Amino acid sequence: MATAMSDTGSPPSGTPLLQAVGITKRFGTFVANDHIDLDLWPREIHALLGENGAGKSTLVKIIYGLMQPNEGELRRLGRPVTLNGPAAARALGVGMVFQHFSLFENLTVAENVALGLSGEEPFAAMSARLADVSRQYGLPLDPRREVWRLSVGERQRIEIVRALMQDPKLLILDEPTAVLTPQEADQLFVVLGRLRSEGRAILYISHKLDEVKRLCDTATILRGGKKIATCNPKQETAASLARMMVGADVGEVRAGAQRKTGNPRLVVRDLTLEPDDPHGTRLAGISLEVRGGEIVGIAGVAGNGQDELFGALSGERLAPGAGDVVIDGHAAGDLGITQRRKLGAAFVPEERLGHGTAPRMTLSENALLTGHANGMVQHGFVRRLLALATVDRATKAFDVRKAKRDPEAVSLSGGNLQKFVVGREILREPGVLVVSQPTWGVDAGAAATIRQALIDLAGRGAAVLVISQDLDELKEIADRIAVMFSGRLSEPVEAPQATRETLGLLMGGSRAKEASHAGA
Amino acid sequence: MLALERRAERSVAAAILSPLIAVVLTLVTMAALFAILGHSPLAALKVYFLDPLTDAYSLQEIAVKATPLTMIAVGLSLCYLANVWNIGAEGQFLIGAVCGSWLAIKTQGTDVGAWVLPAMLVLGALGGALWALIPAVAKVRFGASEILTSLMLVYVADLLLDYLARGPWRDPNGFNFPTSVDFDPVATVPTLIEGSRLHAGALIALVVVAAAWLVLGRTIKGFEIRVVGAAPRAARFAGFDAQRLAVLTFLVSGALAGLAGIIEVAGPVGHLQPNFSPGYGFTAIIVAFLGRLNPVGILIAALFLALTFIGGEGAQISMKLPLDLTRVFQGILLFYVLACDSLILYRIRFVSSRKVAADGAR
Repeated sequence: MATAMSDTGSPPSGTPLLQAVGITKRFGTFVANDHIDLDLWPREIHALLGENGAGKSTLVKIIYGLMQPNEGELRRLGRPVTLNGPAAARALGVGMVFQHFSLFENLTVAENVALGLSGEEPFAAMSARLADVSRQYGLPLDPRREVWRLSVGERQRIEIVRALMQDPKLLILDEPTAVLTPQEADQLFVVLGRLRSEGRAILYISHKLDEVKRLCDTATILRGGKKIATCNPKQETAASLARMMVGADVGEVRAGAQRKTGNPRLVVRDLTLEPDDPHGTRLAGISLEVRGGEIVGIAGVAGNGQDELFGALSGERLAPGAGDVVIDGHAAGDLGITQRRKLGAAFVPEERLGHGTAPRMTLSENALLTGHANGMVQHGFVRRLLALATVDRATKAFDVRKAKRDPEAVSLSGGNLQKFVVGREILREPGVLVVSQPTWGVDAGAAATIRQALIDLAGRGAAVLVISQDLDELKEIADRIAVMFSGRLSEPVEAPQATRETLGLLMGGSRAKEASHAGA
Repeated sequence: MLALERRAERSVAAAILSPLIAVVLTLVTMAALFAILGHSPLAALKVYFLDPLTDAYSLQEIAVKATPLTMIAVGLSLCYLANVWNIGAEGQFLIGAVCGSWLAIKTQGTDVGAWVLPAMLVLGALGGALWALIPAVAKVRFGASEILTSLMLVYVADLLLDYLARGPWRDPNGFNFPTSVDFDPVATVPTLIEGSRLHAGALIALVVVAAAWLVLGRTIKGFEIRVVGAAPRAARFAGFDAQRLAVLTFLVSGALAGLAGIIEVAGPVGHLQPNFSPGYGFTAIIVAFLGRLNPVGILIAALFLALTFIGGEGAQISMKLPLDLTRVFQGILLFYVLACDSLILYRIRFVSSRKVAADGAR
């Protein structure tokens, strides 16, 4: 998308405040950052845009000194600097607000801030300065209040004020609105505008296009570890940003086998479910039908209700009505996960370790974890040979590489454990399979094996629902794709008609009408 | 500076060595304590740990004391494996003794038959289970910390026993001693060897160990216990109900403690009296951890802790050492066992303090 390389409006003269030059970071054979350049200027809000896994977090960690690049360097006002830790970054005037807060619930606001600062300042003076800073920036905080009493938005204020008290020249915010209500987000934008007017530089990480267009002066777009473009988001359309973010130029052709689709085997009818934890997403009126022989994909940015939907489908959380979830014609909304497995359903959660498997237990014990619903237990006794046989079959069918016959789950590499977890479920020949992020963090070979297995399973007549953030994956294997945003599920579109732009826009929260217009 | 570094795989060697290292560290600490108290450390350790092993009477006494410890600790291990913290086994032990004793006292002097003892054992187990049900329900229903509630119920049980033994159940012909009547022979656990105190309860303890080994290693229920404790989210994914399991493990451990309680009063003690337990329910917590929450390990650990009771008595007699030293010993041992367990999942590494400061600043 070289054409998208537009000018950044009127570039400030002189040298950038902070410059990343040719930053490359490898994890084994995986290249998370591939020669990325980034210029951050004072008085500018710079967006870092990209899908999950595009390399945003890695780049930011390098700028904040949490990681060292394999190649390339950081320059401050033109001079190369080495940041061997966050303390060094802070000393150079870089502040960061993380997506996940590091606050002690039982301590007060002031105590939390004190813990994050270097500590020479007397507590009372620090506390007074905290009150000053929070008032000055319109981020009201009571220093004496315990953190557990505060809302998520207020907690974020602590993190921002803590960063501001060190008077940073550059403030990095990692997906700050992910945890905020729209009203809280609006307040945050006012504060950020004010910080810009004070001459500070802001690096704003997001995948929400509307937000970036509204707030940011410059946007750098990453995809697959590479820098795609730097542009002025105000001069771009949401559609053009989405295209750069998800990459319309990557294999648009769908080489899926033609399958015969049969009757609906998994049906969700107007499922509404309150989250059981305060950071969760409310599922709002979700309806969905997956027919036998069909793969339906659910796209969307993480945290838009996918976890909650998976829990409601698997039965880890019960639906309010029995008819909300129907498995092979049986109302299953009020059935637990074991009963749903007995109806022929199988589930693969996103988190391999700790959710899909017990990390410190052997593979055969982990086979028992889901297999106990289907004949692996007799009169209360475990049929250990059957469990072990499942391990052997999964090993053979899915080429699971491991050091011994029955090792602990935690000792396997991510890809091999994922092949085992998927294999464990597919070998039971389920009629309905719900799988979340089937190839997340998995090497290309394992990913291909897993995708092929899902296609083959659908070919044998099963209904397969794939929840994934990887659009390429969904385009490759799904027949229809729906998008999840804010706990709602869009109408599914036939995969061949689903352009990246349409899906990208839906993922960023634009309405379906606008999205289909852009996709036309 | 020392730092703990997480191991990639659980260290098998450390898992076996950790309790042994803990025992050695405890012995060293005890030797220092003996020296401070003005005794030769070696002589004191010999009285404590070797002398009880040299005569038949002490060996039998070790088995007698290991019996309740084993039974209680096996029950506790089920709780602890499932991440449920029953600290009140002492109370369940006492209530089991009280419930079983009720039948023995009511039928005393009547000619009722051989069903009395089995009925007492059942009552003892039921009593312990019901006493354990209180903290279990409080936890599941109201979110009350079972650590506190189960512990506090120990004192309730203790006072209840005290009241009964001094009040309504006191032996009218007992010269005002706070004890019940001596149980009839049919209401007494038979001895295994004529003239010794070694009783059939020891066999029951062995059966309990075998049963627990079978349940934990071979059944789906045992698997459920281990998964709920080790990986709660995976357990939920497996369809296991952690709440129901918390109640179940509380019930089982309470029943085993109660059973141990009635066996103790109907066996070596022979009547109900206050303070008949030297804190078996608390010592069993140490036994459970020293035995690595494994039934066979618990059996070995129970024998070892029983040795400290006997050794402590010997040291009191021959060296005028306070009996509380045994409690001190047991406390130090638990401390070291828990500390050494870190070595299974972590290795110790020496790092420069500069590096630590840099990492800590994050």
